[in-house]
This record gives sequence, structure tokens and C-alpha cells, in this order.
Amino acid sequence: MRTKLSLAALLLTAACTTGQTNAARSASDKPAKSADVVRINEDPFPSTYKPYGAVATVIQNVNIYDGRGGKIVGGMVALADGKVVGIGQSVEVPAGATVVDGQGKWVTPGIIDIHSHLGDYPSPGVQAHSDGNEVTGPVRPEVWAEHSIWPQDPGFSRALTNGGVTALHVLPGSANLFGGRGVTLKNVYGRTQQDMKFPGAPYTLKMACGENPKRVYGNRNQMPGSRMANIALDRQTWAKAQEYRRKWADYNRKVDDGSAKASDAPSRDLAMDTLAGVLDGKILVQNHCYRADEMANVIDMSKEFGYKVTTFHHAVESYKIADILAREGICSAMWADWYGFKMESNDGIRENIPFVHAAGACAIVHSDDANGIQRLNQEAAKAMGDGRRVGIDIAPEVAWTWLSYNPAKALGIGDRTGSLEAGKMADVVLWNGDPFSVYTRPEKVWIDGALMFDSSNPRLRPVSDFELGQPGEGDVK
Amino acid sequence: MKRLKTLLGVAAIALAAPLAAQTVAITNAKVATGTGAAPIDGGTVVISNGRIVSVGRTGAPAGAQIVDAQGRWVTPGIIGGFSRLGLLEVDAVGESNDSSAGDDANPFNASLDVTPGLNPRSVNIPINRIEGITRAVVAPNAGNSIFAGQGAIVSLGDADDIAMRPRAFQFVELGEEGADLSGGSRSAAHAVFRNGLREALAYARNPAGYEGGKDRGAILTALDAAALVPVVQGRMPVLIHVERASDIQRVLDIKREFPNLKPILVGVTEGWIVADKIAAAGVPVIASALNDLPARFEMLGATQSNVGRMVKAGVKVALGMIDDEDGRQIRLLPQHAGNLVALGRVPGASGVTPEQALMLMTKAPAEIFGLTDTGTLEAGKRADVVIWDGDPLELASAPVAVMIDGRQVSMTSRQTKLRDRYMPNRPDDMPVQYRR
Repeated sequence: MRTKLSLAALLLTAACTTGQTNAARSASDKPAKSADVVRINEDPFPSTYKPYGAVATVIQNVNIYDGRGGKIVGGMVALADGKVVGIGQSVEVPAGATVVDGQGKWVTPGIIDIHSHLGDYPSPGVQAHSDGNEVTGPVRPEVWAEHSIWPQDPGFSRALTNGGVTALHVLPGSANLFGGRGVTLKNVYGRTQQDMKFPGAPYTLKMACGENPKRVYGNRNQMPGSRMANIALDRQTWAKAQEYRRKWADYNRKVDDGSAKASDAPSRDLAMDTLAGVLDGKILVQNHCYRADEMANVIDMSKEFGYKVTTFHHAVESYKIADILAREGICSAMWADWYGFKMESNDGIRENIPFVHAAGACAIVHSDDANGIQRLNQEAAKAMGDGRRVGIDIAPEVAWTWLSYNPAKALGIGDRTGSLEAGKMADVVLWNGDPFSVYTRPEKVWIDGALMFDSSNPRLRPVSDFELGQPGEGDVK
Repeated sequence: MKRLKTLLGVAAIALAAPLAAQTVAITNAKVATGTGAAPIDGGTVVISNGRIVSVGRTGAPAGAQIVDAQGRWVTPGIIGGFSRLGLLEVDAVGESNDSSAGDDANPFNASLDVTPGLNPRSVNIPINRIEGITRAVVAPNAGNSIFAGQGAIVSLGDADDIAMRPRAFQFVELGEEGADLSGGSRSAAHAVFRNGLREALAYARNPAGYEGGKDRGAILTALDAAALVPVVQGRMPVLIHVERASDIQRVLDIKREFPNLKPILVGVTEGWIVADKIAAAGVPVIASALNDLPARFEMLGATQSNVGRMVKAGVKVALGMIDDEDGRQIRLLPQHAGNLVALGRVPGASGVTPEQALMLMTKAPAEIFGLTDTGTLEAGKRADVVIWDGDPLELASAPVAVMIDGRQVSMTSRQTKLRDRYMPNRPDDMPVQYRR
């Protein structure tokens, strides 16, 4: 699985660095035999993100949670050329580096929210902005969240300045069984969604269990109207995807051995392209699912069709099957204390995150909310307290993995961000105190080594186009 | 994995449930009284007959049952300044949700009273109570009119009747939602509001002769007109939900036409823009603490500094939960209040002190609703007392003991039972359904 993922990531990266946007990218290195050969372009909307003004920087006299479970008291972090170049008690200062004295404050990797609808359900939440669910059919893997993203959503700025969020994964909603592709963004404003796209991040597929699909379509007397139909329609769709993938595999083989005619190319189906990408291990499944019993059904289904669920999202009942999730290597993206807003969230408990962690499973704190994304560190702090009260003592430096490395790994970008390690992206937050305290806020945020927020400099407070000329323009938020 | 400590062993406070008449002294406590004063280290809170007898550094009276707080924080019970607690079990399960009546079958509005919908056995009450919430303002959600109906003040004690003050206020929508409920404009919402108050005056002049109902020249039913009489006469406060600065000003204007009206503003996201005017009018505010997004056009000026700026301008502010979580999550108020303290260290932001933060969810809501016997730890007040395992505003803190009217409440909830059933390293000899 892991090998396949990094290969996919390499292909995507390569496509974007060469600027090649048309067809004719081959999975093999063999040259195409014919100008008419059809190959599917896996990256037709390539990232145009570029880091802004990275300055060599040393943050010294700070306490550090490194995002991989490590902690350094009174240490230093050095950033250069957009990368972390040193972390430790004492590190070499890059030539000409700006030195920031942290005065005993705290440094962490930037927070990564694996579940956001910023951009596709932006503020203000008017009907004209409601772009997260394609509620015209329960199977819509052909839609891509990135095509709904409004880069002027004021929420991106709040996530940065109040939340210390440096990357986020924006998904379609959960009305559909197959909601479409999600996209990972750097939390840096741009004029286009392409400007924000995390370079080389794999695509994801949003799937949903439970109440939402069956309610939306059942109310129209359509399938699915029940949980059993959710699974039936899922399985039927995966069976089609397998068939589609076989056709393209046959065709690609012919291309490779030179026997393909132009008219041999199978019909293109954008929905099936996404699902075939999942079966190839190139597209990661991010599955909205609340109940333990439904997660177990999905796990069996994924084995039947040969794909892997990367993360269960919301997962309020993960604590009931934490052992199974640990065994299967599936992450849970959770809230600290949400419950009871709908029947399938009724069994939410405050110890969900610590119980999942204690079972050795991968725990992630997520928001699914434009307010919650501003306080993910606070959610983790609550979960630590709840764990401690029942005898599960989780060190703060370990709990930080829920906020940066685990979500990065589950998004297929854990080799590039999510922790403070030499060579990784310099996505860094300097907090004005203990980042697990309610009294603490981000003081400075660097993304790819560029200072993108400084609480003492109002000019480093981004203001979206929408907020220009409105009450409170440029105010502290 | 390491062995888990027993649940209660972690932070148990030895409080053998005191008899109502018995005198209890909580000693060696860090007492934050909710009055705005600095916490008292080494303080003692003496309780008898469900009331607070004394608070200070004096010792325990002879014969009192001693509860050694071991230096822990002690605060008044938290009062949820705005919620829908007790009106629903699961939000999206309509049968379990009595917070609003928006179907055409319902002809009533201002006369709707939340009391019949309040369920003292709602699972959401213990879930909030064990986190230190002892009283809550419970408002209806608007159904078919800007007049949502009459809300109550509830106690989170385990009595059969939790409405300590039923029909405590009328709740009205006068912002975007009010416009929507009135046919599409704020003009229409204000006409509906003024007409309602005028018809109430007509009803008060001659109840028997009131010709209520659309077919008889008036808009309100007789029941609704009667419900608005104490509002227009100033005997019942009216909570008015507005967010936009101009909407706030228009409510202040209405007071000129109906001088007896006792408005309490709810929401008030753009209050900071007109904070001086709100303060001058002496109108109190129940605000959501952390709105900072232009989530709606009526909230374009949202900032977390709103509460701090209003407090500085002299507005009387309490914290409430005016969002989708209001039926279950009023327990998050201390986190919200703590965030307002955080703003005090953010350049350009306006925060509050920790003492003010506590007041925003204790003394302030009590004063706004005229609850003269609760809200602070002072002699003579109801003994709503919480002992915490850390700073009450901090994220990792939780109560170790909660008293309501001097009685210690159980620290279990449906959630703690689920937690205990699924504790890691549990035996696997029988299905979990046999474990409780």
C-alpha cells in the first residue's frame, strides 16, 4: 500500500513540475507507440502553489513538540529555503538567518485538519455558496471538491490566525455514498484553488455510511433508503469499477505492446476513473462513518473489492472497535466531545480519542467545522484531560501527533509535512504559551518557511476579497 | 498497556451525600466566588439547609461535615445564559425534539410555553450537570412567527420538576430569521412585533372583548395576545435575537415606543460596533462568545473581541450558546469563557480577566434574569457549588463534585456509563451488553 502511494505521489509531483497538462502520461517509461494513444491525465488541474518569501529563520529559546511524539525543552528550530534544516537543543544558524527569540514559548508543527469544508461551504453560508454536496445521485465519484472551492472564504484566515492551521483537506459533503474527490490545500490564500493546492498530495475519495445518504435518497423513494441499500449500492458500484479498471488494464497492455488501435480505447467514465484510482491505491478513501457496526461492514466490503479505507471520519463509536481499527491500520478522525446531534452520533463519549489512542490505533483530531478548525489544539487538550481522568496518561508531545503527523500520514503527505524534521516543509507555529492551554493563541505561523501570520503585525493578517469594505475589515478576529 | 486506575480513585472527593439540613464546610479551597473578586486561597465555603452560610478564610464551624478540597478550585455552579437544554434528546430526531413547532398545524406562537416539553430525565441534563452546569436559561426555537414563545429558567438538579422559573421570558426573532419568518423583510418583522404588542395592549384593556384571530380583525389569537401582556407591561423580559448592528439599534429604538418593555438582546455579534449605545440604554446582552466568521450577512463584523469590547463599554453581558449545539453543549461555556481570557494577550484584541470570565457565566446571567438567590458564592445564596480538578476555565479540567441547592449530584451520565462499559482492557468473557 505504502509503496503504491508514494509512486502515485511521485507521478503527480512529476506532472506538476514539468507543467505537462495534457494526456500521454504513461505509468511505464515506455514511449507511446502511436500519437493517437489515449492515456488518462491524472493531474488535469495541477497545483500552482508557490511558497512566499521564505526567509532563513531560527526560532530559539523555545519548547518544542516535534509532531512525532518528541519534546525538546529550551531548544531551537532552524528554517531555510522553506524547509526545516535543524531542530534540537542547539542547531547551526543558517547564514543571514532572522533570529526569533521565543522567550520560553512553544513551537509545534502547523496543525493539519483532515476534515474541512472551508471553500466548498464557505462563509457567508448562503444558498449560493452551498457547493459541498452534489445531491442529484448517491454515486458521484466524478465530482471534485476543488471545483467548488471559493478561495475567498474568510474561514481560511481564521483557521490560520486563531487555529495555527497550515494545511487542510477539503472534502465533499456526506449526502452521497460516493461524495467525490477531496483535495488537500496549503492554508495560504490564492486567487485560484490551484494556487492553494498542496503540491503532489494524492487525491482522496469521500465516502459516507449511515443516515445521510439513506435519508436524502430514501425521502425521494430512491435507493438507498436503508443501511442495507447503502452497502448494496456501494458494492454494485465497486463491482462496476473493477470491470472498468480491467478494460483499461487490457487496453494499456495493448498500448505497451504496440497492438493498440486508437479506437480500442475504452469509454471514459469520470466516476469510474476515481474508483479505479482507489483500486490502484493512488486515491485514498476518507470514509464518513459514525457507528462501530457500520465501520466493520465497510472494512469487510473494502477487503471484498481490494481497496483500503485510510480514515474513518467522525467515528464517534471508534472506541467500541478500537482493537479492530488498530489491527486494520485505519485512522479515526474525531471530535473531542460532539454527540447527540443525530441518532448515529448518540453514543459519542469524551474518551473516544484517548480510548482509540490507548488501543494503539491512529487517532486524529478533526473539525468538520469553520469554528472548530480554529481550536483543534483545544480539542486535543480536552481529550488528554478526559483520558487522564480514567488513567490513560498521554503526554502532550504524543497528543500532538493527533494534530499534525497522523493527519499528514492519512493524507499521504506525512513524508513532507506534519512534523519538525530536517528536510520537511517548514510549516511551523510559534504559540504565545502552552499550546494545550485555553489561554494560548498562535503568535507566528510560517508556511514553507514564509511568515504568513504575525499577531503583532496587522499587515500579516490576511483579509479575503469578500471582507474588503465590510464592517470589521482587517479587524483582529 | 498499563493498568488503568480505578475510575473514582483518580480524583474522588469524599462527600458522603450530606443531608439537606446538615452543615457542610468545604475547606482548603481556592474559592472563586463569581463576584469578580480575586480567588480566595485557603478558603472555606460553609453550606447549610441548601444555602451558603459563609465564604472566606474563617475555619469550619463546630460540628460541620468537612470536605477537604485539597487546594482545588471551587466556583459557583455555571448558569447557561441561553440554551435549549431539556427540550430535546437527539436534535435530528423530531419525535425527541420539542424545541420548536414550525408545522402548519400549529396556530400558536407567543403563548407557546417550553414547560410541557422540558424533560427532567433527559440524558442531556446529567451530561451537562457533571461538567458544572447547574442552571440554564431554556428558550424555544421560533416556529411560525417571530414570537417563539415563553422560555424557562431550569435547575439541573434531579427534581421531577426542573422549571425553577417557568414562563420567565418571551423570545423573539428580529434579525434575518425574523425577516424570514415574517414574509421576507425586516420591515415586516418589525410590523409583526409592534402589532403584537399593540394587540396585547388591546387585550389587556378588555380581555373578554378581544376579537382575536385573522377573521376578526386582529392577527394574534387571544392566547397569544394574552401571553404578550406581561411583555408590553414590562412584567416579563423579552429576549430578542439580533446580530447586525443596525438591528440592535432598532431594538433600542422600540423601547421609546413601548417604554415599559424590558428587552434582553441575544446573539449580538456586531454589538461592539454600537456598544456605547447598548450600554447607554442599559439593555443587557446574552452573547455567543466566539463568533468570528461572517457566517451570515447579519454577522459580517464578527470578532471574538466582541464580548471584551462590550464589557469595556459597560454593557452587562452574559454568555449563552446560540447555535446548533444549544440543546446539548452548554457544558462548553467554561471553554468559551477561557478563550475570552486568551484574547487579553493577543495584540489588538479585547479580552476579559479570569474573574470577569467566570462572572459572564455566573453572576451576570443571574442578575440579568433577576435570579437574586443564585449565581455567586455569597452568604444567603443557593448552594450551587462546583469543586474542580484544576483551573475551571482550562481545557483539561473537570468537576470532581457538583452541588445543586446544597445536594451533591451523581457524577454519572449515559456517557460515563458507555465509557465504563468500553474501558480498555475489559474482560471479553461475555458480550459488552452484559457489562454495566
